[in-house]
Parts: sequence; structure tokens; C-alpha cells
Amino acid sequence: MKHGKIGTALRAGAMVAALLAGTAVWAETPLPGGTLHLSAPFGAALKSLDPHMTWRSQDMAVSKAFHRSLYTWDTETNAPALDLASSVEVGPDGLTYTYKLYDTVYFHNGRKMTADDIIWSFTRIMDPQKGFPGSSLIQTIEGADDYAAGKADHISGLRKIDDQTLQIKMKNFTDPGMLFFDGVTSILPKEEVEKPGFITHPVGLGPYVFVEHIAGSRVVGKKFDKYFKPGKPYADRVEFTISGDDSALDMAFRAGELDATVISGSAYALYKQDPQLSKGLVEVAELFTAHMGMNLADPPFDDEKVRQAINYAIDRDLIIQKLLKDKAFKATGWLPRTSIAFDAARTPYPYDVEKAKALMAASKYPDGAEIEVWARDGTNGIGVVQAITPYLKAIGLTVKPKVVEAGMLSDAMSAGSAQAWIYSAGTGPDPIAALRCFDSRTTRAGCNYGGFSDPAFDAMLDKAAGELDAQKRIELTKQADGYIFDKAPVWFHNNNKAVVATQPWVHGIGGNVTEAAILEVDSIWLDADAPGRK
Amino acid sequence: MALVLLRRLLQAVVTVAVVITLVFLIFSVIPGDYVSSLMAEKRSLDPAVAERIAAELHLNDPVPLRLGQYLVGILHGDLGLSFATQQPVTEMLGGRIWASFKLACAAMACAIVTGLPLGYIAAARQNRWIDGLAMVFAVSGLSVPGFWFGLLLMYVFSLQLGWLPTFGYGQGGIEHLILPALTLGIAPMALLARTTRAAVLETKTADFIRTARSKGMSEGRLVRKHLARNAFMLILTMIGLQFGSMMGGSVVIESLFAWPGVGSLLIQSVGLRDIPVVQGCILVIVLFFLIVNTLVDVAYLLIDPRIRYK
Repeated sequence: MKHGKIGTALRAGAMVAALLAGTAVWAETPLPGGTLHLSAPFGAALKSLDPHMTWRSQDMAVSKAFHRSLYTWDTETNAPALDLASSVEVGPDGLTYTYKLYDTVYFHNGRKMTADDIIWSFTRIMDPQKGFPGSSLIQTIEGADDYAAGKADHISGLRKIDDQTLQIKMKNFTDPGMLFFDGVTSILPKEEVEKPGFITHPVGLGPYVFVEHIAGSRVVGKKFDKYFKPGKPYADRVEFTISGDDSALDMAFRAGELDATVISGSAYALYKQDPQLSKGLVEVAELFTAHMGMNLADPPFDDEKVRQAINYAIDRDLIIQKLLKDKAFKATGWLPRTSIAFDAARTPYPYDVEKAKALMAASKYPDGAEIEVWARDGTNGIGVVQAITPYLKAIGLTVKPKVVEAGMLSDAMSAGSAQAWIYSAGTGPDPIAALRCFDSRTTRAGCNYGGFSDPAFDAMLDKAAGELDAQKRIELTKQADGYIFDKAPVWFHNNNKAVVATQPWVHGIGGNVTEAAILEVDSIWLDADAPGRK
Repeated sequence: MALVLLRRLLQAVVTVAVVITLVFLIFSVIPGDYVSSLMAEKRSLDPAVAERIAAELHLNDPVPLRLGQYLVGILHGDLGLSFATQQPVTEMLGGRIWASFKLACAAMACAIVTGLPLGYIAAARQNRWIDGLAMVFAVSGLSVPGFWFGLLLMYVFSLQLGWLPTFGYGQGGIEHLILPALTLGIAPMALLARTTRAAVLETKTADFIRTARSKGMSEGRLVRKHLARNAFMLILTMIGLQFGSMMGGSVVIESLFAWPGVGSLLIQSVGLRDIPVVQGCILVIVLFFLIVNTLVDVAYLLIDPRIRYK
């Protein structure tokens, strides 16, 4: 069974979502040459140049230039696409995937990539001594857990047929494309990784060869002549400026020093009003769901009616419009609108104070309660708490805000010590994995922060995960998401609208719903009069 | 002189030990650690993986044991490995100290070149319009947040005039240094202007100045031989304090200008709870402050014979 066939249904849903993703379209013939000036936003410094060590968006934006994974995220179809393989066949069991790898893929040291490199890279990620973040993806492969536990000396689900043929056996029906496209599953050359200098001088098989990293300031790469995609990359050189400061990135973009960068909410409002800048905005609904999580073991959140009342009581449209400057899409469930299992027919909770009051009156807490809401500093944290406070007061819930830093919030959520919290959860691309955060068998630390427990939901999710037919699986997943929507274990707030500002002279930038800052660097090209050519 | 240096060295050792211990203890007791920072990356981290990472990094070991091991490491010149990158902290700092030092020197140079003349002119023309103007300038320099001033400079010199790059390190050339140096130097410049004015005014009315003037000494010689030398003691103290604190004070400015110094590394490492790197950065900042102030003490001895005789 060809992957193309089994994925038809996935693609169909994804195409609809891609329209929402706002993919940039260009018709001209790409012009080779020049230097791309891009940003590596969100932080003052990269965490690591070893792609297996970091799952931070900033690091992955950079590693996309130097490394590739088995799959990549196709921004046009809004779905995973094969990257290092020309084809994949799915076995009759629906679990075994056989990849035909390109025989033209070379590492920057000149050696040809083979199936052994993928097996070695995935095994390295699963190394129990390393604790690499991508191990949560690799452990979906059969035998990965046994390897991590020291019960096996290799991952049984990874098998080399020949140098250019690889077989992967999954534990369940998850599409491996949903898992193995990020930088954390990059394919690396063993002989280079084992050299002491790899951490400062990475070697991969991406479109650009690493040139230099000025920590806290810049990363530079030059075109890899033996890159496996004919004609790509288009630009001769790429330079990433590392900056966590939105204002500085905004200034640099306006000064023409950056070809593209993600922008903040306040900048977005200004760019939209500007006749020139507004033309270059690429908007995407990212696969994240901002919400207020609730500890379901704590009163008053142990009562479903209270949770539903909260969802009716808050005017999210106004919050999104005024506080978030329209840089968000209203959430209509746990799965975001660019998810393949998004249910476009579902009606979101309307702003209905009377209904909210009626639900509160019918709940175990008709006199209301005081709730402590934890949040990080900033508009999307404490700003949201301040915005929802009067709405909740109107139905008898008095909000006591608590501002903490990210690590502390994460600890409190995992330990179950926070009563409620404002958070943005990764909710894709695999919708079943996203919904596992409400599976009673998932621990709080494992992402079931609220401690949701409902055997009926577990059964629904298991049924979806066990369905071989992709389209039926999507339908079952939609039903599971709808069930969560009704049970309201969280206040469904929004899906982040990430915005990439692009200059008029740059082309080939698509909206990546998995993380807008991660650009497909090999496809970007510059006009003849672009500053990057001078 | 040797005695002064020896005393300074002993003080430095005690100061460093106290600061390092305090920072270590603070980061050990506040909630959240490197593993929780990983979990805060908006991705769920398998609890088993989190446990493995914590064990690998010895995060579950008793605090006294970790502190003891860290202090022993420092005595051997080993600042440990970064949790995030597994690189030696000394290696990570090595690449950044020069950038921070260069920025601090440039900012101090800006401050001295503008602050000293401004303060002197204000004192020389006391209570005239130029004195008022200079002090308005000085007070503004002290009041303006560095971050905002940096953005203003970016707006004017990069966005509007296009004369200088907005941010970044480039090839280490002066064009990338100017804006961050001006931003970092604005507050010390203002402080130096005020200090210089006060020092000159105080010295101007001293008995020995009046005596020298009554004996017919020329104004130029009076300034060179008596006024400048005596006023400079106070100014030197201020320069030492300001210069010493620049390495730590540049944290925000380095982040704003994507300057690859110790400050931006510190910010990043605090966010990641990468304690060995945080400790290393703070150690560098403290040592820089102590070294600069020791040099100022030595300069006192060279400039003022009265201190030598004491």
C-alpha cells in the first residue's frame, strides 16, 4: 500500500487547513545566489548546535539550514512530506513502513547517507544516558522502550534492508511523518558526532554547510554543493541573527537588514495598518492551543458545570481583538484549526453570561469560589488573567492571580500544586498524541496536567488510535476532541496566530503551522535587487 | 603597594566564595530546575526522560554535596559542564569575555570623553546657562532607561539615517560597536559629568587653590598642577565603580543588540536554569569588578602621595 494512497484523506483535510495557514504563493522562477538574512528569534542565545539536544523553536529554526530529517513539514499541503526518501510503503499490518532512501544524499563531510545513519541517529536519540527530548518521538517505534530500559542492545523496530532501504515498525498506527520531521530527529553522521568538535561545528546533510557561530549573535552557513535536492538551495549563504528582543527584530526588519522574521503582537497591529508592510505578512494558525488549565481534583473545577460556565462566561472575541491585537484564532476545541482532525463544523462556546450563571447556580458551588490562577509574565500570561478576571467575577468566581516564571509554572502543573494556569500547549501535528493529554493513563507530568480521568474518553481515543483507515481515524479523533470540548477540562482560549513578516524582495517563505519561525531555508530566494545580493 | 595588593587578593577570594555560594544556594532552593525548563518548551517531555536527565545531571543529589563538588572544581579551574550543551563552561565563557570587555571599554571611553569635559565646563561656568544645560543633559542620561535609549538610537541611526547596523556583531568592526557602546555608556557619562562638576567645584574653593591663585599662578598651571589632580581622585573612584559594574550592567544591552557577550549568555542560562553557566557568568562579572577596583586602588597610590605615606 503506497503512502500516497493512505495519506489521501490526510492531505484532503490538510489542504483545507492550508488555506487557513495562509501559505505564501509565488510564481516567478527562483533566482539563485545572494545571502539570506534571517532571524533566530525567541532567545538571547542558542541552546545547542546539536539538533538532538534541543527542542527549542529558535534552535530548530537554525538547524533546518544544516540538518534534515526523514520527513519535513510541507507548508503548501500543511502535512508531513518525505524528505530523505523517494517513497514509502506501508505493510498490511499498518505498522511497518519501508522507505526507499535517495541515493544522492551526502553529508557535509562528503560521505553518502545510508539506512545505517538513520538507524544510528534514532538509536542515539533513544540513548538512555542522554535523555534527548526527541526520545519521546522515537519511543513510538517498536522496541525503543526495551532499548532505553537496557533490555535490548538495539531498537528492534528499525531494520536495514539494504543501504538505501529502511524499515521502521511502529508500535501503533501513528503516521511516522507526524513524528520524524523536526530537528530533534535529524539524521547525523556518526563519525562526526563522535568528534569532540561537533557541538561547536555541526556537520549534517542540510542545504547549508556550517561556517561560524558567534554565540549570542549570529550563525552563518554557506551553500552545500552536494545537497540532494537539484538546484537547491537557491541562496549562496545564510546568516541568522540571534535575538530574543522583538523590538530589535522589528527595527532590523524595517531597516531592511532582515529578509524575514516573526513579529510580536504589538508589531503585528502596526504592520497590518502599513500599506507596504502588510503585503508581506504570512499568517499561520500554529499547532498550539492557549487555554486556562484547571486542576480537576480541586474544587470548584471538579464540577463539570463550573468548567462549562467559565467557557460561556468569557468574551474571547473581545480579548483576542483588544488584548492580543487579533494575533490569535478563537479555539473551538483542544485541536487547533490547522490540525488534520479539526472539526470545522463545531460551534464554539458563545459568550453567554446568563447561561454561565445558570450553570453556576446548578453546580455544586452556587455561591461561587475563589480560584488561584498561575501565569507567566506578559500579555499572553498575566495579561490574559487580568482580562478574564471581571468576566469570572460576574459569575461568582474571584480570581487570585499568581505570576511565576516558566520553569516554576511547569513544575507546579506537573506536580498538581497549581489550581489553575494559563498555558499554551503543543497540540499537533499528531492529533491523537495531543489528545493523550486527557488520557487517564497519562500522568500529570506527562502532560495530563489537570488530571482528567474518564474511561469513556480513553476508550474513544484507543478506538481512534487502533483504526487502520486514515479517514475513519480522523473522524474518531474528531469525536474524541468533541467529547473533550463538552467536558471542558480547560477554558478553550485561542490558537496562536504566528506572523512572519517578509520583505518584498524575498520569495519562497511558507507558513509553517508547527512553528512559524522554522523556515524551509532551501526554498527561499531573493530578487535581483535584494540587499542580500549587494 | 605589595601589602595593598595582598589584602585585596584575600578580600577577592572571600568575596568570590561568598557570591558563588549564595548564587548556588539560591538556584538550589527556588522552584524549577533545568528539567522543568525543558518541560516549559511547550512540548510534553516524557516523565521517564525527565527523570533520566535529572539523574544524569545529578540534580537530585543533596545540595551540600553538589556545592562541595562545585567549589572543589573551581579550585582546580574547572567550572563544570553546561547542562544544556555539555560544553565546558570555561570554553563557553572564553568566547564571550572579549566581546563584553570590548563593549565595556568602548562604553567607558564614550562616558569619559563626554562626561569629563561636560562636568568640567559646567563647574567652570557655574550657575550659567551652559551649567544648567549640561546638568539637564546629565540628569536625563541617568533617568533614561538604557533599553529605551538603545531603541531610540536604533531608530535614528539605523532605521532613519541608515548609517549603522541595527544589531549584531558583524566581523567585530567598530560600526557594530557604536550603538551598544553609546547605550551602555549613557548612564556612566551622566554620572561622571555630575561627579566631575561636584569634584571641581569642591576643589576650586579649597584653601590651597586660593593660595596658589593669590600667589599669581596662571590659571592653566593651576588647573593642571592642583585642581585637576585633586579633583581626579573622586572622579577616578567613580570611573572604577562604573567600569567595574559594566560587565554585569550590560546584560540587557547585550541582549538588545545581539551582542555576543557574557550578559546575553547569563540571561539565556538563567532562563534555562543552566546553573553551571550562570555561576560561571557571575564569577566573571564579580572578578572583573574586583580587578578593576584593585587597579583603581593602585592608581590612588600612584596619583596621591598622601595615601602612600599613610
